Amino acid sequence: MKFLCLACDQPMSFAERRLPGDGTMAAVFGCPRCGHEIAMLTNPMETQLVASLGVKVGGRTVPGQPLELVRGSLAEGRDNAFDDAEPPPTAVRWSDDARARLDNVPSFVRGMVRRIYTDYAREHGIATITPEVMDRARSDLGLEGM
Amino acid sequence: MTMRRIRTYHEVDAPGSAEILDQVLEQRRRLERRLASVRRVVAVASGKGGVGKSALTANLAAALAAHGHRVGALDADLNGPSLAAMLGADHAPLRVDDLGVHPALGAAGVRTISTALLLRDAETPLRWREPDDGGFVWQGALETGTLREFLADVAWGELDYLLVDMPPGTDRLARLLQLVPKLDAAILVTTPSEAARAVVARAVTLARDAGIPVIGLVANMCAFVCEGCGRATSLFPDDGARRLADAAGLPLWAEIPFDPPLAAATDAGSPPTASMAQDSPAGRAILDLAVRLEHEIRPTGGPP
Repeated sequence: MKFLCLACDQPMSFAERRLPGDGTMAAVFGCPRCGHEIAMLTNPMETQLVASLGVKVGGRTVPGQPLELVRGSLAEGRDNAFDDAEPPPTAVRWSDDARARLDNVPSFVRGMVRRIYTDYAREHGIATITPEVMDRARSDLGLEGM
Repeated sequence: MTMRRIRTYHEVDAPGSAEILDQVLEQRRRLERRLASVRRVVAVASGKGGVGKSALTANLAAALAAHGHRVGALDADLNGPSLAAMLGADHAPLRVDDLGVHPALGAAGVRTISTALLLRDAETPLRWREPDDGGFVWQGALETGTLREFLADVAWGELDYLLVDMPPGTDRLARLLQLVPKLDAAILVTTPSEAARAVVARAVTLARDAGIPVIGLVANMCAFVCEGCGRATSLFPDDGARRLADAAGLPLWAEIPFDPPLAAATDAGSPPTASMAQDSPAGRAILDLAVRLEHEIRPTGGPP
């Protein structure tokens, strides 16, 4: 899929992704010449269709986790199905409210989510993971429902 | 009036436009890297449900492992998973580390992955978090993605054989081939019934059309053997399996009688073929089948 700015005859570049939490997605593309922006809006079914391919519109910025698609998509996973190793020690900290929010994530996916956010923080030079960082990462990484 | 020209997709070289394709290609490379340490991938399929594929796969995997091979068993029947239970795979949490998700260990050390290991309990059906409608559009993609992750993200390690227990459906082997280009062989399972014969014949045709090496046919539940006198009584009036083998030009690798103790033990997670000492006709037939597979699809024949 490509978007072409007809005024400039220029291909548009991916700019950002938003996941409002209702299953829909907005992916923003902009013309590098004139700056004109458009948003591609997908309904829940279309969002799910893309997700079910295991790909992210706009590309990946952190590596995929093992069984990421299964763990992110299964409706009734067993709480203790996985024993996720702690990510390697880093300088990344979790604020108390971010940790509390992580604790609310079903344990079926919690370890994977922790690794994804830690990778994201490391990738972006973020020292402390806060709920705001989690929100931003969720949109940036296309983590619907995490 | 002149229609304005808009460049076509292939005429536009968009930065980042290949991202989706790159991600798909990376998925494929990831799968290939993982399977590089698997010597042989063998699918156990039928097309028809209820012919005993999973019980056969469990016992065949256990027999190969008992012969000293390193064996993995992948339950591709995502909606009706039974392989993990039949292999007695433990339900300890699956370890996740940088190598991937480590498979559960089953009978004779068979490394096992199945949706049954991930679902809340034994009776929880496979359900996806989904939008309200349109499931038919994406569920197929999700199931294919799940199978891809089972192949690519499970830390199988070095394996001599990876057995894939296929779900019912005559087109399933062709779909598997899209994920596993190095599918070494497929064994098709049938019963002597005419209904099974016809469905499995379709599966053979579709598998061959897709270029899958269908190497042998297994006739399951052929007869009932009296434990007292040892007399075998046919369970079906017809011998559809033999007719199918003749018509399809397939060798009939095994004719396995129905064996209640073997079935009960397998249901309980202790496939008897994990022990080499087999005195039942069914157990001996499965051990012979394992030997035949070892000879026809040698684990040492190719890389790694």
